[in-house]
Amino acid sequence: MLDAIGVPNIESLFEHLPERVLLGRPLDIPPGKSEYDIVDYFRALGEKNATWPSFLGAGVYRHYRPVMCDVVVSRGEFLTSYTPYQAEMSQGTLTAIFEFQTMICQLTGMDVANASMYDGSTAVPEAALMAMRVTQRDSILISRAVHPEYREVLATSARSRDMKTGEFGYGTESGVSDLEDLASKISDQTAAVIIQTPNFFGCVENVKAAAEIAHRHGALLVVVFAEAVSLGLLEPPRDADIVCGELQSFAISPSFGGPFAGVLAAKEKYLRQMPGRLVGETKDSRGNRAFCLTLSTREQHIRREKATSNICTNQALIALMATVFMTVYGKEGLRELAGQNLAKAHYLGAALPRRFSSPYFNEVVVRNTDPAAANRALAGRKIIGGLELGRFYPELSDCLLLCATEMSKKADIDQVVEVLR
Amino acid sequence: MIRKVRNHLNPEEGLVFEISSPGKKAYQLPDLDVPAVDPAQALGPANVRREIEHFPEISEVETIRHFTRLSAQNYAIDFGCYPLGSCTMKYNPRVNELVARTEGLAWAHPYQPEALAQGCLEVIDVLERYLCEVTGMDAVSLQPAAGAHGEWTGIMLVRALHESRGNPRKKILVPDSAHGTNPATAAMCGYDVESIKSNDRGLIDLEAVARAANEDVAAMMITNPNTLGIFEENIDKAAAILHEKGAMVYMDGANMNALVGISRPGDFGVDVMHLNLHKTFSTPHGGGGPGAGPVAVRSHLEPFLPIPRVKRNGAALAFDYDRPQSIGKVRAFYGNFGVLVRALAYTLAHGGPGLRNATMDAILNANYVRTRLQDYYDMPYDSPSMHECVFSDDRQSAKGVKTGDIAKRLIDYGFHPYTVSFPLIVHGALMIEPTETEPKQELDLLADALIDIAREIDDDPNLVKTAPHGTRVSRVDEVTAARKPILRWRP
Repeated sequence: MLDAIGVPNIESLFEHLPERVLLGRPLDIPPGKSEYDIVDYFRALGEKNATWPSFLGAGVYRHYRPVMCDVVVSRGEFLTSYTPYQAEMSQGTLTAIFEFQTMICQLTGMDVANASMYDGSTAVPEAALMAMRVTQRDSILISRAVHPEYREVLATSARSRDMKTGEFGYGTESGVSDLEDLASKISDQTAAVIIQTPNFFGCVENVKAAAEIAHRHGALLVVVFAEAVSLGLLEPPRDADIVCGELQSFAISPSFGGPFAGVLAAKEKYLRQMPGRLVGETKDSRGNRAFCLTLSTREQHIRREKATSNICTNQALIALMATVFMTVYGKEGLRELAGQNLAKAHYLGAALPRRFSSPYFNEVVVRNTDPAAANRALAGRKIIGGLELGRFYPELSDCLLLCATEMSKKADIDQVVEVLR
Repeated sequence: MIRKVRNHLNPEEGLVFEISSPGKKAYQLPDLDVPAVDPAQALGPANVRREIEHFPEISEVETIRHFTRLSAQNYAIDFGCYPLGSCTMKYNPRVNELVARTEGLAWAHPYQPEALAQGCLEVIDVLERYLCEVTGMDAVSLQPAAGAHGEWTGIMLVRALHESRGNPRKKILVPDSAHGTNPATAAMCGYDVESIKSNDRGLIDLEAVARAANEDVAAMMITNPNTLGIFEENIDKAAAILHEKGAMVYMDGANMNALVGISRPGDFGVDVMHLNLHKTFSTPHGGGGPGAGPVAVRSHLEPFLPIPRVKRNGAALAFDYDRPQSIGKVRAFYGNFGVLVRALAYTLAHGGPGLRNATMDAILNANYVRTRLQDYYDMPYDSPSMHECVFSDDRQSAKGVKTGDIAKRLIDYGFHPYTVSFPLIVHGALMIEPTETEPKQELDLLADALIDIAREIDDDPNLVKTAPHGTRVSRVDEVTAARKPILRWRP
């Protein structure tokens, strides 16, 4: 190869680089390790983490991952392909994304869904910006019962934009968004009202009532979800204008917080303001059905600084994993799965002093005089307890947020009840 | 002559909704070990949905067949060379997939107590240190989820620094050869974009930078090597001009595969940059993600990095949220952790010497392809190539054949096309990045195919203009797709 190029050695291929920019020494990283060493290294790291039964939820849920999901995403044809710009040799990925978009619409009650966002948290500012483009307004009102980290990501986004963000509270008894507080704060400058259901406390929000308030003022309603399994049972947020959320519950391991997959879905009339990739159905030159990326005039590689977002790489393989999950469980299975989650969480919640009165799905806030001590006691039994809510809500420092899923065994729930009661 | 592929039978496959029928299922749930709960009673009747209309109902064997048949309609690195310029489609070692699924890592919850998550914190800590060494920067945040997200984070850091000095400034300079994400990012961060024309060698024009640099400029976003695959030899001088005016230098690290172990952005004037772990560090692209876009900074930008940071607390590692100047969180939790595990495995497998070797092989492969093709395709900017080379279709478009047609014909030869029509400063660009993991045989097949196509254009341009011919799906009508969008299946 060097002869063909006409150089004596590889180094001469970059000898045009000025001396002053060359590193001139080896990288201070140890020499390469064998495959066995690497497997062993990560196994040892994994053993430094606890792998106990856990009652943590708070946006990241432990659900069983059907074997099929890893089998499909491990196929090199999916794993090692790029964004499907070349439709003629990417029909596999394109078809799967089209199915994904359809399933997200079916789940959420929306008309159109994109090919995925990075995660639930980053989908929130994208939804807010989309609402601002639609309404030509600049204020966002978000419920304090939305995941605190999602609100933090929205706040970071707002730093650089002409975006004003405000919060409205939650009922101290009900645990759902205080719609009177919303009604007092909303104005004709409000682009979007953002609520989450089930909210951060696990409580089911009144989407219809929130939509009425938002729409009365010409604002859009954005509904966020963090626990996708809930959509197996819960009425979808049909009154929302934009739905965004997190699909981690659909076969995606907690993985210390990522990679996950976000979704963004909306009413058809807002399609042109959507961020992210979209796959559409069309035909090839022989008249066969085919799929391709479409409406890319919204996107950065065409519109550059006028694009709806800068998003490029998204979470395609994770979205595929979720698509396989939705296919495996299907219409009956997702409902049954959601029913098991409901049953487990209510078995737990019924035995403990609940903080809030509203209906809840698979997470429940319970009172405890010393949540940290309770978690330590559970750790003594090799159980990871709940989230100490004081971390995000000082007024709830006497509360734990506990989650039970189909993977929570009755015997472990009984232990939690024994310690916390 | 097409040597790499020949046709084989490939099953038809409908959409999952079309093969569904009521009552079929592919799941088994364990028996419920607690009392069942009536949803209507627990949630309120109005909150319970009747059904998920038209959701799939297929069996287990139909599920595996469905997705296997779809997979067979994809091209992938595992099939062969994937020479997409700027995308760094290199082999994805499978051990990385295995270790990312290590139980203690894959099932770690982001809120589990730090004492019970030391393994995860160590992954973050070690990878941050290795990326600092590779880039020559002082600190790294692993939180951004992808390259464009890293760009956004980086420009937000620049904004925060300028704000702390009393003035966020107004605009970002972007060369006309830049990736589309650069101007889109600048706009998302609330900045105006000023395009800087490249010089006749395709490089940054120092005089143009000097004319544009003033106290309104927050930063210049520079890709190095640039999107022509050419090293910006005056980047340190451009940096000096910008620093003189208090502006920052942002480096788009998409092409870092050409530099690892040879040259470091921290040593040539860069203040802030991102890396694409799904390019340089070989985490799989997965049909469009997940990636990871760590952002690396010099010390003056370090106080603004997203929270939390990992710090050592005696023998243990801990998260530090007490950073008053931080821009806040750019993503929930700590980033695409599973991607970080894969990138760390890649780094450990290569080690320092192996990383440098990979860079040298990437440069060798690109120059070999360039050498083989230069008699057949025009190269408007013929400065030395680093990890990729960019041709134009000038000679072929005289016969009415454009880069997009050549790309489609390359599919018939069994290759994924190169990057088409980018960078914009090259008319009808063919942007080829073979990466270091391609064997010579595969590079020769690729070069032979492009040479054959050049000949075909002389003999029978229509053959190329109507390609692909051998695929199960012929040229796709993208115009109708956009004009009358059908974005979901309906019964």
